[in-house]
Amino acid sequence: MLLGEENKVVFNYKGILSWVLDNIVTIIFVLFVLFGFMISKDIRMNYFLSELCDRLFRNSFLVLSLIIPVLAGLGLNFGIVIGAMCGQAAIALARYHGLGGMSGLLFCFVISFLLAVLCGYFTGKLYNKTRGQEMIAGLIAGFFANGVYQFIFLFMVGVIIKVPATHPLIMPNGIGVRMTVDLVPVENGGLKFALENMYKIPFVHALLVVALVALVILFIGYYLNKKRGEGYKNRPVSFGFNVLMCLLIASMAVYVMAAAPKLFGVSSNLNAIASNLNKESDLEAVKSELRAITSEISAIAANDDVIAPRLNAAVSDINDMIIPNLTPAKLNAVTSFIYATASDINTAAIVSSPNVMVSNFMQVRTVPVAVGLLIIGLCIFTSLIMRTKLGQDFRSVGQSQHIAEVSGINVDRTRIIATIISTVLAGWGQLIFIQSLGTLSTYSAHTQIGMFSVAALLVGGASTSRASVKNAIFGTILFNAMFIMSPTIGESLFGAAGLAEYFRTLMVYGVIGVALGLHVWKANKKNRIVVE
Amino acid sequence: MKDTLLRFSNVSKNYYGNVVLENINFEVRAGEIHALIGENGAGKSTLMNVLFGMPVIHTTGGYEGDVLINGEKVDIKSPYEAMHAGIGMVHQEFMLIPGFTITENIKINREITLPNMVSRILGKRLETLDMIKMNTDARKALDTLDMGIEEFTLVAGLPVGHKQFIEIAREIDKSGIKILVFDEPTAVLTESEAHNLLNAIRRLSQLGIGIIFISHRLDEVIDVADRVTVLRDGQLVTTKEVKDTNAVEIAQLMIGRSVTIERVHSDKRKISDDIMLSVKGLRVGMPGEMVRGIDLEVRKGEIIGIGGLAGQGKLGIANGIMGTYPARGEVIFNGKPLKMNAPHLTIASGIAFVSEDRKGVGLLLNESIELNIAFTDMQINNGFLHKFAGFTIKNYREIRKHAERMIKDLDIRCKSSLQNTGSLSGGNQQKVCVARALTQKPQFIFVSEPTRGIDVGAKKLILDLLFKLNEEYGMTIVMTSSELAEMRSICDKIIIICNGTVAGVLTPDASDADFGLMMSGSRIRNAGDAALTDKGGI
Repeated sequence: MLLGEENKVVFNYKGILSWVLDNIVTIIFVLFVLFGFMISKDIRMNYFLSELCDRLFRNSFLVLSLIIPVLAGLGLNFGIVIGAMCGQAAIALARYHGLGGMSGLLFCFVISFLLAVLCGYFTGKLYNKTRGQEMIAGLIAGFFANGVYQFIFLFMVGVIIKVPATHPLIMPNGIGVRMTVDLVPVENGGLKFALENMYKIPFVHALLVVALVALVILFIGYYLNKKRGEGYKNRPVSFGFNVLMCLLIASMAVYVMAAAPKLFGVSSNLNAIASNLNKESDLEAVKSELRAITSEISAIAANDDVIAPRLNAAVSDINDMIIPNLTPAKLNAVTSFIYATASDINTAAIVSSPNVMVSNFMQVRTVPVAVGLLIIGLCIFTSLIMRTKLGQDFRSVGQSQHIAEVSGINVDRTRIIATIISTVLAGWGQLIFIQSLGTLSTYSAHTQIGMFSVAALLVGGASTSRASVKNAIFGTILFNAMFIMSPTIGESLFGAAGLAEYFRTLMVYGVIGVALGLHVWKANKKNRIVVE
Repeated sequence: MKDTLLRFSNVSKNYYGNVVLENINFEVRAGEIHALIGENGAGKSTLMNVLFGMPVIHTTGGYEGDVLINGEKVDIKSPYEAMHAGIGMVHQEFMLIPGFTITENIKINREITLPNMVSRILGKRLETLDMIKMNTDARKALDTLDMGIEEFTLVAGLPVGHKQFIEIAREIDKSGIKILVFDEPTAVLTESEAHNLLNAIRRLSQLGIGIIFISHRLDEVIDVADRVTVLRDGQLVTTKEVKDTNAVEIAQLMIGRSVTIERVHSDKRKISDDIMLSVKGLRVGMPGEMVRGIDLEVRKGEIIGIGGLAGQGKLGIANGIMGTYPARGEVIFNGKPLKMNAPHLTIASGIAFVSEDRKGVGLLLNESIELNIAFTDMQINNGFLHKFAGFTIKNYREIRKHAERMIKDLDIRCKSSLQNTGSLSGGNQQKVCVARALTQKPQFIFVSEPTRGIDVGAKKLILDLLFKLNEEYGMTIVMTSSELAEMRSICDKIIIICNGTVAGVLTPDASDADFGLMMSGSRIRNAGDAALTDKGGI
């Protein structure tokens, strides 16, 4: 009765206030990013979107791995750092044995899985022993595991496990793994960009596909809810809003694609040629490709008087400077020359674009499809598992351990399973992260994963007891937007881009602090004793 | 005669030699509503714990005697096994998850699932929930109870009455439910909600379910039950057909003890007509002991008893006035209004408090006896302190001297005044609490549950001590206790609290039936005893 009355009051009089309080962290971040756009005129949309896209694909998996423990009542699992170390161990192992490509990736995923199951089991055991203090326990367990990790990587490798000192992974004195290890590019049979470069599509295409897929999912969900007799879950207003947003994004993507000058395609073709140029390339084939491109450019130049001089200059560059010099000896110089020409054509394309938006969107970097599919897969997995008996048990345990126990649910086991799943996913998330960076910073890549992922999830509107896929994705976007904007804001406000680092630290720990404070404040409010 | 569903045969239980159940023979028939009544500590909960196989029974050596269900001997080891044996319980504090829908609560850990591709490989736990079937089942259970509420409503925010019904719906949704226990089901309900509930209970009994109905409200028992069993001090007093008895008789059986009460008398006592403490409209938010508007007057030199069943609010009064729980209302002490929710000021005004929560509030368990005795006086009156070079320092010599006098006066059995209070026996701990209160030199003292957890010999000592304080120093005492007998031995009058309000005032020599009826808050008490109203009235 008490609870009901309170809810009603909040709903009637303090609706907006309580909504603001519930979403204060998200609101602060949205304002921060908007503020950044307002005060800094020179931040280019294409740069912003490219960076954001890269970071989104790099970090989402890690943030998503936090959801299940939150739902199972374990709070924010700072212990994902342990999972990340498992992932890095797998990568180091693959690098040592020179594994790469598809098989190397599979090897990493399997090794990381096995290590993470083991570590997750023990972390879960620890969480069961430190009930109510799981977050602190996770944080400390992460530090402890880091110690063990360093002991293994700095000492055991070389002293106990014999390794050749000449291996590029090993320090010159033969003991320990190097601080930074460059991964072998996937073209040369390594792990660098192994997932990233599997299949890439332009940003606008990805935008269109995502919008359409989201639309289909929305309709399927609506239909399924109806068919399952859960029609009450369909809220017409939010459904309509979501459909409208999807349609808006899709039509924008279609418009950009239709309006974009063909020159963008030409420019990216040139870039592709340059990036694929190496000693083994078939130079004659490249030459004929370049000739085809020149005729394409000439055709466009004939129709557009404004940019015709630029394009003609580019054509003559290709014909006079590039093709004659395309010999193995001058490869490096030619490659950079091709890049320069491509950027010239790009500039021409921007000039000829109907508006700024189109040119901005066309310049965003390409999108790694394989990573995207993995992230979408994890989103679907997370939502599906919550529809199973196990997922319902997670929720029961998360809401009340006591009632779950009395109802006969094995609470300890359920919590351990949740921790294991989270740790395994974090390991895989770190694999994606490292292959996307291309270098393994052996002793630092994992250290801040826990803090940053937790902060991102909280920014998305999650709390220590409530989290969803939506929170994770939205949070990752917002949090990384803040990361990209902070140098610009520092530059415009104080004339020092270096302030960005302080901004970031302030925001990360501030967010976690505010979220934890709010959590305790709400819990106290709920438990406050009142005079009847 | 209908068949017997459940039978307790010569069931006894002791906790480390302390007998709490003795040779209980008790049976429940199919379709019967069997009321189980008794004072706090009479053994009702222990009997139910035996029935549900609670861990507390098995970790303390199990029980003697047999429990038979449908004539077969069973040995229930856990609440989960009890569920499978067809025994259900509607808890007093709800076992509901607020963030779940009604269906999810009804089906908790009994979810209906459908196999899918993954579950065929990785096991049953990954089967998909069949929400349609679950909702249908929940609907059926709710319909049985005539509840129109939608099964997919969230439980958070529902009225208490609805929550109770959801608990019942969960029990009847379990297949093969035979026996349903209602533990104080109406304690938290409004009158109309209680009425609905009793109707539902009747309907369930007509379905052939045997119902054990535990309640303090005798009028409800008379209203709904077929038979009634009275427990007192771990023994079964009687089992009667309700139609052969009445509330007065049941109340008498519930309270009545064979021991006679010895009143202590003294000529030296002085009770003045001055009102020392006057309380108006006191409301206290003490969880589980809510006080909902109490008026009270205490004269100088009196010993007042506050009685009532557990959970009715008697403990809230002293805690509210002392400020340990949030309180509202007007309290006038010695003609001056007391500020509420300010323990410091209340103590400073000359009121001392011996808390019922000896180990939580009453004592610093890891500190010495002498520090415990001096502590409040040091905090409030700056006693036992002296200044030295700008620092305030404890005056150890004074503390020691005073503590040793108290130890001698109150006969606290200890090795030395430096012994930690945590290692003392219950009776001696209580004496330390009293010593601490006396050190403040109060004019007025609240004593809550002074003899809880204390052996019989020590009980007498504590009561004698309180009486002596009143007799020799004229100290006014308000004593809150669950044990009627001890209040009847020293108090001038006894206020009975029921449902957070004053049910009435009785003299110590009022009859057992009067006490029983008043404590159970029976609404029929006006029907008979006229003598009751004569003695009442503040």
